[in-house]
Amino acid sequence: MQKKRLVLSYPPHIVEQPVISKLVKDYDLTVNILRARITPKEEGRLVLEVTGKRQALEAGINYIKELGVEIQPLAQDVKWHEDRCTHCTACISICPPKALDVDRKTMEVSFNRDKCIACELCIPVCPYQAMEILF
Amino acid sequence: MVKTIEEINEKIKKGKAVVLTAEEIIDYASEKGVRKTAQEVDVVTTGTFGPMCSSGAYFNVGHTKPRIKLGGGKIYLNDVPVYAGFAAVDFFLGATAMPEDDPRNKIFPGKFAYGGAYILEELVAAKDVRLTATAYGTDCYPRKSLETYICLKDMNEAVLFNMRNAYQNYNVAVNLSDKVIYTYMGVLQPKLGNANYCSAGQLSPLLNDPLYKTIGAGTRIFLGGGVGYVVGNGTQHNPNVPRTEGGVPKMTGGTLAVTGDLKMMSPKWLRGTSFTGYGVTLTVGIGVPIPILDEEILRYTMARDEDIWAQVVDYSEAYPQFIPGSLGEVNYRELKSGKITVKGKEVPTAGLSSYLKAREIAQTLKEWIEAGKFLLTKPVESIPSVDSGIVFKPLKERPIKKK
Repeated sequence: MQKKRLVLSYPPHIVEQPVISKLVKDYDLTVNILRARITPKEEGRLVLEVTGKRQALEAGINYIKELGVEIQPLAQDVKWHEDRCTHCTACISICPPKALDVDRKTMEVSFNRDKCIACELCIPVCPYQAMEILF
Repeated sequence: MVKTIEEINEKIKKGKAVVLTAEEIIDYASEKGVRKTAQEVDVVTTGTFGPMCSSGAYFNVGHTKPRIKLGGGKIYLNDVPVYAGFAAVDFFLGATAMPEDDPRNKIFPGKFAYGGAYILEELVAAKDVRLTATAYGTDCYPRKSLETYICLKDMNEAVLFNMRNAYQNYNVAVNLSDKVIYTYMGVLQPKLGNANYCSAGQLSPLLNDPLYKTIGAGTRIFLGGGVGYVVGNGTQHNPNVPRTEGGVPKMTGGTLAVTGDLKMMSPKWLRGTSFTGYGVTLTVGIGVPIPILDEEILRYTMARDEDIWAQVVDYSEAYPQFIPGSLGEVNYRELKSGKITVKGKEVPTAGLSSYLKAREIAQTLKEWIEAGKFLLTKPVESIPSVDSGIVFKPLKERPIKKK
């Protein structure tokens, strides 16, 4: 089994198609929608966590691509500007999946992209604009 | 055994001074014993890196040809207003000043993305800043407007002057209400959702010299990456607060006013800072050396996070309404563990003052002293302590009668 966090960008003409239900029924994938922003006649954006067998996952992703949906890993859209981070730890208690975490011995803050769900709760909490999420 | 600052300075000059950080001294002295450590160790270095709003800088930008009297006129740096109530080309920039067209909290919560503190950071990063000004014109200063780029190296003087920094301890902020609040202590989640603290604890300057035995007016310090001096006590200095047996204040106590040459400072240690829904502030790096003159002074520097207590304060009601009281006290060991218990509920904690950077400052100051680059100074005046009779006063409002 493999798990991937993906950002899907839908062109307007696909917004009304049942893409996710196909992923579930035809490709036997488990889909967890982390975030979604779809408005009629506009581009839609969707953050998904997709779990399934490697081959099914690849086939599912190919199906989405063929539809004309742009697809990229979530990690690309999330930036932790380490040079701006002062390691104050203000973000630590607010981050639900603990993607932002602190080593309690050194009090050094770290960011694990793979855990980030792009919820953006850290954005207003960081006084140094160290987090950037392009969603 | 009593050492003098002169003796310690002689050792520093010879490269023989023994220097430890306020973190290192704890285990060292516990292992070796107070008596032996007080003989061996000459200096303990402290550090703190946190948001400090009452900060700013004054500048002399040099005279124009023909001359302009900016004093009494209007001056802006990158559209941020600066205080112009001085002579011709002197002015003061405050850390929390912001552009006049910033929407503030009109769209709540405001972002407060730019202001005085960011200009200070840009200036020390050697960047150009736009100076725009208007003046009323006089016989000796005829010019009425000015628009130019300026940078730090072209100024005559650029001096950081912070009237209240390095707070000796601080509140732990929580929110008892049922909605999110945006404060200078960060974003506080409803119903005790989180607790924010702001102190370097066992590394913090005034928590290592709780009764101001060595830190006073004239003490040479690490300030913003350069060298600065303690001017005296800061504003709101309040030594008469409840203290532990070790003399450490259990709430906001003393403060320092500090100054230093901005031209020597670095953007690493002066950072523009934005608190959503609250405003702009400056995060300042400060490190104070403590000369180990005797065993008593050493003992103060041995304070551990678990010996330093802070009060938990509700920022939804008690703080804004100026209602005294505390929801309980917790120590910095608990705060740094990531959770505390308030009113029987486990609450996740987060800091606003960087312990990692505080350690780096203490370490940097240690290296400066070890290298013989930084000598200690004997204060010319002590900071008012518990015997001073200082009372922390609220504003006594007296309504102005309408005629």
